[in-house]
Amino acid sequence: MLNRRTFLKGLVSGSAVTGAGLLVPRSLRAGELPMGATESAVWAALSGKKPLIKRTYRPPNFETPIRTFSDVVTPNDQFFVRWHLAHIPQVVAETWRLKVGGDSVERPFELTLDRLKRDFEPVELFAVCQCAGNRRGFSEPHVPGVQWGAGAMGNARWKGVRLRDVMARAGLKRDALEIVFGGADYGAIDETPDFIKSLPLWKALDENTLVAYEMNGEALPHWSGFPVRLVVPGWSGTYWMKQLISISATSKPEKGFWMSKAYRIPKDKFPLIDRFYSQEGEANTPITDMVVNSLMTNVEEGQHLRAGQSTTIAGLAWDGGHGIRRVEVSVNGGRTWREAQLEQDYGRFSFRAWRHTFTPRRGGKHVLMAKATNRQGSTQPYELVFNPAGYHNNVVQRITVEVV
Amino acid sequence: MSADAMKTLNALLLAPVVVFSVTAFAGEDQIELKEGAGRDTVMANCVMCHSIDYIPMNSPFMKRTDWQATVDKMVNVMGAPISQDDIPVILDYLTTYYGVE
Repeated sequence: MLNRRTFLKGLVSGSAVTGAGLLVPRSLRAGELPMGATESAVWAALSGKKPLIKRTYRPPNFETPIRTFSDVVTPNDQFFVRWHLAHIPQVVAETWRLKVGGDSVERPFELTLDRLKRDFEPVELFAVCQCAGNRRGFSEPHVPGVQWGAGAMGNARWKGVRLRDVMARAGLKRDALEIVFGGADYGAIDETPDFIKSLPLWKALDENTLVAYEMNGEALPHWSGFPVRLVVPGWSGTYWMKQLISISATSKPEKGFWMSKAYRIPKDKFPLIDRFYSQEGEANTPITDMVVNSLMTNVEEGQHLRAGQSTTIAGLAWDGGHGIRRVEVSVNGGRTWREAQLEQDYGRFSFRAWRHTFTPRRGGKHVLMAKATNRQGSTQPYELVFNPAGYHNNVVQRITVEVV
Repeated sequence: MSADAMKTLNALLLAPVVVFSVTAFAGEDQIELKEGAGRDTVMANCVMCHSIDYIPMNSPFMKRTDWQATVDKMVNVMGAPISQDDIPVILDYLTTYYGVE
C-alpha cells in the first residue's frame, strides 16, 4: 500500500483500513458489496499482470484497485480483466487471421496481423473501457452477476485502424444494417452460446471505432485481447470484442443471446442518447453509451484528515464521449459545492483527471462528494436508478472522513 | 467461436493453442464451498463450466426463486447438462448455504 500512502500526501490516514490484506472498498455509499463478494475477493495475479481484485477465476474476472486510478492512464498490467467464456486460447500472431465478410459485403477477405498494420492508416486515441456491470455490486437490492466494485474500468491509449476503412475494402452493400463481431474465446461445452456482439452501422463506421492492436504503446496483452480487439469509444465494454477473428456485415439484426437477452437496459429508466434501433425491443434496449460518472481516487471511507491542513481530493470523470464540462466537489455532504480544477484533456473519450484543494476546519465527520457534468449537460443522480442487471450505476459517490 | 470450430481451426492452423484448464487458474483449487448436503452435486454440475467462486460471490442475497432462475439460465441458455433429479438438490443447497429466505 506504499504507493497509495505516498500518493495521499496531504491526507493523513489514521484508520487501519488497509491492514495487511485487502484494500477493497466495500462501500461506495451507493450501497455495499454483498458480504459473500467481499469475502470471496482476493488479490491474485494472472500471468503478466500485477495482483488485481479477483472476483472469479474461470472465466477470469479481475478488478482494478481504486488506487491505480491515481493515474489518468491505466497501466496494462493493472487493467481490469473480464471474460464471458472459460476457454481463452493463446493466440499466435503469425497464424491469427481476421475474416471480413457477411451477406452485406461485396468482397469478403482475410487479413493477417502484418497486413492489418500495413494496409490501413494507423489511428491513436485515448478511450475509457468500462464494463457495463461496473459497480453492479453496489446495487440495492443486489442483483445476480459479477459483483464488481468501482474498478471494472480503465483508460488507455489505443492504436489501431479504423473499422470503416476495413469495411470499405470489403465494400458494404446498401442493405447493411449491423456489423457483427466474433472472438476466439469459447465455452466449456458446445451448447453455451458463443460470445457474439454487433454494432449498428452508424457506430461501426464512426471514425473513432477502431480495430486495435496496441494498448499504451505495447502489443495488446493476452488478457486484453491479443492480438486485436475492437475499440468502441464512448460505448460500454461489452462491444469491445477481444481476440477479434471475424467481422461480418449483415442485413438482419444479430439474434444471439448476448445481443437479444443480455446487456439490455429498461427503455423507460434512462435517456436514450445513442440509439441502436435494430436491437430495440418493446421494453428494453441494448446498453450503448456510458453515462457520465466520477470517482474520488485518493480518499477512503473512514479516513482521518487533519484540521487546518490543506488537503487535496483527486479523482476522475468520464462519460459516453461528449467530454466533461465540469466536476463539482462538496466537503459538507452536498450543502455547498465548489468547482474542481480539471486537469489535462486527453480527448472526449478519455478519463478526465480533476482535483480540489480545501482546508478542513471543524472536527468530526464530513461527507465528501463529487459530481461530474458532461458537455451535454447530463449529470449524476443522487439516488440509484435501479435496473435488473445493475447497469449504469453513476450515483454520486459519498465518502465519510473524520477531521481530527 | 464454437468449441467445434475452434478444434477445426486448430487442426488447420497447426498452431499450438493452449487452453487454460481448471488448474491453470491456480487459486481456483483453494475455493471450498460450505460443507452440507448437496455440495457434491453442486460441484459435479457447476465446475465443468465455471469456477465455484460465482456462488459465494452472489451471496447471501438470493432467495430460492433467484437461485432457481440462475440454475434455469444455466440449463436453458448456457446448455448445462444438469439432470432434472439434481436440480432440487442444487437449489436446496444453494438456498440453505448461500441464500436468504
